[in-house]
Amino acid sequence: MRILMMGAAAAVLAACGGGDEQADAGADIDITAGQPAADGAVALEPGDDFQARLQTMLIEAEKGSTITLPEGTFMMTDGLSLDVDGVTITGAGQGATILDFSGQRGSGEGLLITSDDVTLENFSIQETKGDGIKSKGADRIIYSDLTVEWLGDPDPENGAYGVYPVESTDVLVERVTVRGASDAGIYVGQSNNIIVRDSVAEKNVAGIEIENSTHAEVYGNVVTQNTGGVLVFDLPDLPVMGGNSTRIYNNDIYSNNTPNFAPPGNIVAGVPAGTGVIIMANDKVVVENNRFEDNQTVQVLITAYTEPFTDEDYNPLPRNVVVKGNTYGTGGNNPDGRLAEIAPLLGGSLPPIVWDGVTRWGENEDIDNNIVIDEGEGVGFINIGFGTYPMDLANVSPSMERPGGEAFGELEPVTLSHSE
Amino acid sequence: MRRALLAALTGLLVACGKPVAGPDMDVILADKPARTLAEYGFFQDVSAREPARGVVAYDLINPLFSDHASKHRLVFVPVGEAAAYNGDDVFDFPVGSVLIKTFAFAPDMRQPKEGERYRETRLLIRKADGWAAYPYVWNEDETEATYAPAGDWLDVAFVDPAGEPVSIEYRVPNQNQCKTCHQMGDDIAPIGPKARNLNHEGPYGKMQLADWSARGILSGLPDAPPAVPSVAGMNASVEGRARAYLDINCAHCHRAEGSASNSGLWLGYDEAEPTKLGIGKHPTAAGRGSGDAVFVVAPGEADNSILTYRMASTEAGIAMPELGRALIDEDGLELVRDWISGMDAY
Repeated sequence: MRILMMGAAAAVLAACGGGDEQADAGADIDITAGQPAADGAVALEPGDDFQARLQTMLIEAEKGSTITLPEGTFMMTDGLSLDVDGVTITGAGQGATILDFSGQRGSGEGLLITSDDVTLENFSIQETKGDGIKSKGADRIIYSDLTVEWLGDPDPENGAYGVYPVESTDVLVERVTVRGASDAGIYVGQSNNIIVRDSVAEKNVAGIEIENSTHAEVYGNVVTQNTGGVLVFDLPDLPVMGGNSTRIYNNDIYSNNTPNFAPPGNIVAGVPAGTGVIIMANDKVVVENNRFEDNQTVQVLITAYTEPFTDEDYNPLPRNVVVKGNTYGTGGNNPDGRLAEIAPLLGGSLPPIVWDGVTRWGENEDIDNNIVIDEGEGVGFINIGFGTYPMDLANVSPSMERPGGEAFGELEPVTLSHSE
Repeated sequence: MRRALLAALTGLLVACGKPVAGPDMDVILADKPARTLAEYGFFQDVSAREPARGVVAYDLINPLFSDHASKHRLVFVPVGEAAAYNGDDVFDFPVGSVLIKTFAFAPDMRQPKEGERYRETRLLIRKADGWAAYPYVWNEDETEATYAPAGDWLDVAFVDPAGEPVSIEYRVPNQNQCKTCHQMGDDIAPIGPKARNLNHEGPYGKMQLADWSARGILSGLPDAPPAVPSVAGMNASVEGRARAYLDINCAHCHRAEGSASNSGLWLGYDEAEPTKLGIGKHPTAAGRGSGDAVFVVAPGEADNSILTYRMASTEAGIAMPELGRALIDEDGLELVRDWISGMDAY
């Protein structure tokens, strides 16, 4: 009782002195080192309580401000998050500012962005327990000059996605490096208006994945040592479906032969090792002017969604797919996964471009998928001719004849409202 | 003694020109959070045991599991105003309303009142432009709770309700993490105070909704409001109780407007579509959280379901819910396992 009483008196006295005082700092956190400069920028100093000071800054950031991270490696104990519009987080450079999450105790990702007009640039994130950087409902975001990586050998214990924008409009990912993700390195999901360019995706299960999204351009990227290079997927039972209008061009997609290390159950766990590009259940996809080399299952795979589903709004077939003007080195010489079961029928190896030939599902009629293979005569193609899923090897009628689809015209260039 | 103390305190308050008692609307509606919990005036004592006039205790039929913490919930609605009844969702509270929730532990949680210690108090304040969430952390002596936007990690040790000693690093969520669970589209919203969660006998020994109505803090109460089954009770089916459990523990994120909307896994009590409930549904972005299982809920196969795998983990990146627990809710897990086991296998 005495302690209570003294506390009470102290509290009352304090109330007299500063009862209307409003807090602008954390309980036990001195952020005097982070006072705003004239231009609204705040610089974070290294030292004790780094995580708490950074998180406090992220919470108390003003719209339009810049938070500058110092050079060095900083151990994080929990996920960070930003929910203020218009904030830029910038570091001393990839590999110079490193946020190390190997001791992370909570949260599903290293950094979570839930506000609009945010720019993330010039730092590295390592060893998150879940995803690396996730932005959800974060329109006009820029991921620029970042590294997100899991060190060491490919490991199913690594986080799922490296860079993970979802449910967003206007997404720019440029000059980003992602290594080691147990799902997709750069994953854009359920979004619209997307550019992924000049980035490096290596040693992930999927290098770059555009899923249930519309109007995307993927260009100028180096995609290597993943299980599969670039995936364009549409999946059922999600709030946003009907993925369409993606252009994959001028990428270097080679040696994606890492054995699949995704935890079973995830859709990418079915990606055969040695795959360059997979187009699954999407509409209007162009694969053009890329260099393919040494993807040992197949350079380009065009496929329907292979699993049973109940979603009545979902179309599992690829439609209006154009493959043209790419260059193909060696590949298809060591097929993996389901395609390894097909290869013996074709003499043991697969041509650069493979279509599963699925043209219907459920009780529906066959459709004309309109697959356009506009490549030099020497570029091999095969239509496996499954007709429908589940696949039945006894009913396969492979054909090397190109489908003779008609190009649907140019996709409109993706223009982002926030960036050139 | 206590009365004397209160009188003394009242004298001091009057002496320095502060309002005598009761919630201070200027502090409640200020742009920024107050530095200490005491400044809001929700309590008559510094240790927040005695609510001020107009601050009403309530509880929920089923609480969210938070590492076995006791939770003390209070609601304040500005004098002369009332929350408007809503049959399906959280009541429409007027500006200036506050939901106050204090998390506490006792040395032995089989007797949660004995030696109970307050650790943190979370406020949800209905500001003019929507709800705001502020965390406060108590000092050792429980004489002051201070605003802690970055949250905190607290060493907490106790004997759990099953009699097992546990020692955890208890996470006080930071302000953004508050929003993660309380997200409602672009806004934030309370989770608990829905008719179906409140419709039972409350801490004053009265039917809670009727009591709120009688106090004038709730308007539009119909004759027969809905109620969820008690998870702990034995009056409802396993399915009903499991669905009630998922509703209060998961559905604040796993719904169309929540933080987990992109998963397409929606666990609200009213969800009727099996696939949306996870039955026969493939994971979307689970990563290693899949635990090598193919379906979120594999009917008849509790050991092969992602839902139970994630409930049974305490590891970041796997554990669900992602925030708010360091321990496994063994009772909840068993209930959900029973629900899945009772389904006809494919």
